[in-house]
Amino acid sequence: MAKLNSSDIAIKVTAVNKSYIVGKKKTPALENINLTIQAGTLFGLIGPDGSGKTSLFRILTSLLLPDSGEIWVDGLNVITEYKNLRKRIGYMPGKFSLYTDLTIKENLDFFASLFGTTFEENYDLIKDLYVQIEPFKDRRAGQLSGGMKQKLALCCALIHRPTILFLDEPTTGVDAVSRKEFWEILQSLKKEGITILVSTPYMDEATLCDQVALIQEGKILDVDTPAQMVNKFTNPIYAVKGANMLLLLRELEKDPSVERIYPFGEHHHLVMKEKDVLPVLPLGVTINKIKPNIEDLFIHLMQHHE
Amino acid sequence: MNKNAIVVNNLSKQFGQFKAVDDISFEVAKGEIFGFLGANGAGKTTAMKMLCGLSMPTSGQASVAGFDVYKENESIKKNIGYMSQKFSLYEDLTVRENIKFYAGIYGIAPQKIKEKTNQLLQQLVLEKEADMLVSQLPLGWKQKLAFSVAIFHEPQIVFLDEPTGGVDPITRREFWNLIYDAAANGITIFVTTHYMDEAEYCNRVSIMVDGKIEALDSPGNLKKTFNAKSMDEVFLHLARKAKRIE
Amino acid sequence: MQKVWMRFFFIWLEKQKELNSMKQFYHFIVKEFYHIFRDRKTLFILLGMPMVQIIIFGFALTNEVKNTRIVIVNQSTSATAMKLVEKIESSAYFELYSQTKDPSIIDQLFKKGTVKVALIIPHDFAPALIAQNKGQLQIITDATDPNVATALTNYLSVIIQDFQKDLNPNNIIPYKMEVDTRMMYNPQLKGAYNFVPGVMAMVLLLVCTMMTALTVVKEKELGNMEILLTSPINPIKIILAKAVPYLLLSIINITTILLLSYFVLDVPINGSLVLLYAESALFIMVSLGLGLLISAGTDSQQSAMFISLIVMFLPTVMFSGFIFPIENMPLPLRIVSNIIPAKWFFIIVKSVMIKGVGIQLVWKETLILFMMMIFFFTMAIKKFKIRLA
Repeated sequence: MAKLNSSDIAIKVTAVNKSYIVGKKKTPALENINLTIQAGTLFGLIGPDGSGKTSLFRILTSLLLPDSGEIWVDGLNVITEYKNLRKRIGYMPGKFSLYTDLTIKENLDFFASLFGTTFEENYDLIKDLYVQIEPFKDRRAGQLSGGMKQKLALCCALIHRPTILFLDEPTTGVDAVSRKEFWEILQSLKKEGITILVSTPYMDEATLCDQVALIQEGKILDVDTPAQMVNKFTNPIYAVKGANMLLLLRELEKDPSVERIYPFGEHHHLVMKEKDVLPVLPLGVTINKIKPNIEDLFIHLMQHHE
Repeated sequence: MNKNAIVVNNLSKQFGQFKAVDDISFEVAKGEIFGFLGANGAGKTTAMKMLCGLSMPTSGQASVAGFDVYKENESIKKNIGYMSQKFSLYEDLTVRENIKFYAGIYGIAPQKIKEKTNQLLQQLVLEKEADMLVSQLPLGWKQKLAFSVAIFHEPQIVFLDEPTGGVDPITRREFWNLIYDAAANGITIFVTTHYMDEAEYCNRVSIMVDGKIEALDSPGNLKKTFNAKSMDEVFLHLARKAKRIE
Repeated sequence: MQKVWMRFFFIWLEKQKELNSMKQFYHFIVKEFYHIFRDRKTLFILLGMPMVQIIIFGFALTNEVKNTRIVIVNQSTSATAMKLVEKIESSAYFELYSQTKDPSIIDQLFKKGTVKVALIIPHDFAPALIAQNKGQLQIITDATDPNVATALTNYLSVIIQDFQKDLNPNNIIPYKMEVDTRMMYNPQLKGAYNFVPGVMAMVLLLVCTMMTALTVVKEKELGNMEILLTSPINPIKIILAKAVPYLLLSIINITTILLLSYFVLDVPINGSLVLLYAESALFIMVSLGLGLLISAGTDSQQSAMFISLIVMFLPTVMFSGFIFPIENMPLPLRIVSNIIPAKWFFIIVKSVMIKGVGIQLVWKETLILFMMMIFFFTMAIKKFKIRLA
């Protein structure tokens, strides 16, 4: 189909608010969300559980109505043109939502028929994924391992060749190897021209996206490319390592020149208040200046918002 | 008394033809933070269930807190704490009610429960939220509370199954702070996680592949052995060898 | 000209779309069948339930009359009355508990539960038989258990009729004994054929209302609904596709019930079988509609089950006339009973199956059910949420 005007924008979200009634209190789930996502990007929505990722996904996929705001997805108004929208998008919810009593093949055939297509028609799109689960095509989905369930769910979400793919926390609870494989699959799907919006609580996955939005407590902290984003972290940051890491942490926490110190893998990340000032370090402690990563920035932004 | 909290010798669990856990042996010292890693389906959960006295091994020996997993599983249950991401607290009970309920299960005297509850709420800065339903707490708080509840009866060992999944980076670190405190108080920590940076926080780490323990050492030594820069690399190196597709 | 072509083109396009959507619908139904067939235990219960119910109601709950204690209040001193007492005493069905003249004993014995049936022979029995050719007798039963009471009455009446024949072997003397039966505690006693239509209504309700409500809600609970809603499938189709397999399953169940009751319980099917099936199908649709309506308003299988039981099952048992006669209820309850679909179905089945009447006598009830079906389906489709929450 010929591209319509302004079709380079896949998703446009303006001033979206959503709140739920919990008990008798109104709890905001999303506050003034603004997002523009270019077509063909792999966009990551990064934030911890309960930050509003799922609510935003459900609004974008026409499953929930926002309290206010305007949303355009693939040139369609999510609220009024939901019927057309539902033909074009693919959605993989965070919870495994296929039929556990149907086999792999039966699930695929069923979801294909939902969209008025067949498994064979779009086979080339899911081929790479499908061959990995094909040996088990007659096994019921409920008896598959986590990794295979996830691949099947992705196949089902792709079966009608959607223009935009929404993946809600596809890698949560998945081991590091399967996660890596999953991201490789997403890269190849991107090459097919599908816009992908993926949410994740794993900060390290941010670098695998073209663009990311950090979300926390229903608010978007920042939107940018991962590379640009970390440049916004202006405080000097160092990795320190000593023989007794716990003691080192407790010591440096007390230092007034230290903005923040927290464990980060084998090191502690040490954020200083000013440039060229270093804390007094115990003997034998190594210190190296490092480039901040998304997780450093997220911690920084979280504390600034509070 | 043994200085080891957990001793496992040639432990196996078989489901029909399938060896979920295949002849594993290891020891966990008292007060140690022991990271139990592995890909999905490597057999971690099965192994953990056997150690918690929930599932009978097919063969091999194991003792937990000095009790035999075959004969003394009731004693094991009294001396361990357990927390997982999936099941921890009752969402429809308040913070205080949850503490009271779990403490009651372990037969702690009401007076002591009261004292310790107040102390715990203070420590977690949850005093204002004490009478709120757990469902209204943010996830990170819930997880911290769940951990505190799991060690409320002062067990010798606490088993943590992916305790920090989906938790924000600050709370995740606060959670590990609690783990350090508990370990400093002599509680042995047995923890699984998918965050490889958290593997670094453990004293020793084991990595399970296809039902077997492929590597077991301190994070530093593991990196040296596999000539890797990070635990992430070590893990990928080992887990990629897996042949099992369950 | 071009316009005409365009019109044709659009009609053709619509048709294509229709075909495509039929395929979609077909696949949905296939999927529903997979769900049903793979849950063997539930399927077994669904298909076995009618048999179990028929057997329970047919045998376990019907009391065989044998050596039942009877009290005879004999106020007549005639030889005829004596002979009648002897006849009853000598039958295998009754055992004479006592013979008195005082009728007040009946109530006492009934209340104690020692005796469940009494026969009153009035003092003018023999003279009346001779003078007016008419002898009056009265059978009194404890009808707290209606089935037992009917059975006793029937057996006793047969013996009396027999006795009549003995007295009048060639049927030349025109005198006749009139038996007046009084069913205490439950005068509008329901017959033994009651339970087959009752079981039909109950089974259909269970299968259709509860099971459909559960399947829709299950999709919500397991999160499948999230994907269905983000797909272009029309909610009406989701609803109808859920109903089709249960419609078929219910027809199997009706067949089981009819076969069992005809061949095992000797319940006649006096009316048109086609009409019976058609009416059943209508009632199935009503139940399905109700089930779907319940599912549209609930989010957990637990509450769907609970609502099905409270809203449907209990009122059906109470107000359909199957166990408790509606005629005996106070007016407000009688009014309430009108909104229970099973009440109308019960009347229809009894009329068609037992009395053998045609549609011309049950069209009113049929129309009511039809209106109910339209109402439930419209409501279900209207209430079906096109979004979450």
